Amino acid sequence: MAINTDKNSYTIIFAVIMVIVVGSILAGFASGLKPKIKENERFEKQQNILYAMGVNENAGPNDVNFIPTDKVEDQFHKYITHQLVIQGDSITENDEAYLIDIKKEEAKAKDPEYTRRLPLFVGEKDGKEVYVIPVRGKGLWDAIWGFVAVDKSMTIQGVYYDHKGETPGLGAEIKQRYFMDDFTGESFLHGGAFEGIDVSKSNNDPKNTDMDDNEVDALAGATITGNGVAAMLKKDIKLYVPYFKSLN
Amino acid sequence: MGLLSKKDSKLILDPLADNNPITIQVLGICSALAITAQLKPSIVMAVSVMFVLGAGNVVISLMRNIIPSKIRIIVQLIVVATLVIIVDQVLKAFAYTLSKELSVFIGLIITNCIIMGRFEAFALGNGPWKSFLDGIGNAAGYGAILIIVGFFRELLGSGTLFGFKVLGNPVEKTGLYAIGYENNGFMVLPPMALIVVGIIIWVQRSKNKELIEES
Repeated sequence: MAINTDKNSYTIIFAVIMVIVVGSILAGFASGLKPKIKENERFEKQQNILYAMGVNENAGPNDVNFIPTDKVEDQFHKYITHQLVIQGDSITENDEAYLIDIKKEEAKAKDPEYTRRLPLFVGEKDGKEVYVIPVRGKGLWDAIWGFVAVDKSMTIQGVYYDHKGETPGLGAEIKQRYFMDDFTGESFLHGGAFEGIDVSKSNNDPKNTDMDDNEVDALAGATITGNGVAAMLKKDIKLYVPYFKSLN
Repeated sequence: MGLLSKKDSKLILDPLADNNPITIQVLGICSALAITAQLKPSIVMAVSVMFVLGAGNVVISLMRNIIPSKIRIIVQLIVVATLVIIVDQVLKAFAYTLSKELSVFIGLIITNCIIMGRFEAFALGNGPWKSFLDGIGNAAGYGAILIIVGFFRELLGSGTLFGFKVLGNPVEKTGLYAIGYENNGFMVLPPMALIVVGIIIWVQRSKNKELIEES
């Protein structure tokens, strides 16, 4: 073939064609797979919310097993009885409240004119009413988030944490059972006022028997991730305190 | 005659041992250190790299006569990036939990020097079939080292293989732990991967004296 591949015009034309071809291939893939990916993310959220309120398929003491994706939609609607959106004083029911992106809401809330929408999921398990609150914060490297299930008096019934890029073996351990289960039974309130829960290195309570100290044991080697979890809970759960005050 | 001629099978077998991209050429070390703390990500990484390198080599080889030499590196980069994004999207759509576990590692394939190295050194000068074999061979050589390193790091660092507790339970002190064995936490950290790779290089060179360079 006698193409002069060194010519500038050829180089530019080649680059343009290449970009168009690659761009359309990727666009095709992205839009073709998007519904499937979106659905996976939706199922994951439902699984996480159910996990926090104790609806899961855990068998052993170290398992973190979600309801399988093919069943999660039904289970979600069975256990979650109301989905509320709290915006200032108004509380509305919205069946798609779980799709609210709390990261975007937090960003929008910087505008003083805007009242942040707070999603809250009311569920019922074994005849007991639980409220699942989504939380989101910062770990050491990247975002951490989770779902916290509490009862009327803001005592934790279960939590689920996840992270984007914490250190494997250290900060990434926040999604292990032994860390998440420590929170169950702790209360966000102290003497009736909101206190939060500290992830503390000096908790001195490895068996986690003291449920009134607003503290859980920290993870060794993951101080910043642990502090991030505590800060995340303090920041996001606080927003819901007025609602819980109105319940009691 | 077999499926592959002698020359062709050399393309596949050479990178497995005597011309291994990691232990001989010392390429692709970065990802080998990052992801080998456990066996499972090592294997998935090996398979993904095999796909990207095999397919990428063929694409580059098919275009080798029309790629303008001035922008050939950019073109190679675009090919790698495209393939990696496709792998990432397909995993997200059909193996969501796995893709969550591997999150950043898949993206890291783009930075793997073996891939750009093979495009530049082989695919630009050879036909598609040979390039394909070369890609598969190099990816296999890379993957083999990843799996060896991942095996030792997971076994000695966490006492597990594929997440199964093969050495007993360290909390309840069963199995090996009952007689005082402890996991070596250092194995989980990246520096240990470098040392394991170093040991593999040492073993390989002491077995095959031809590999030792004159200094």
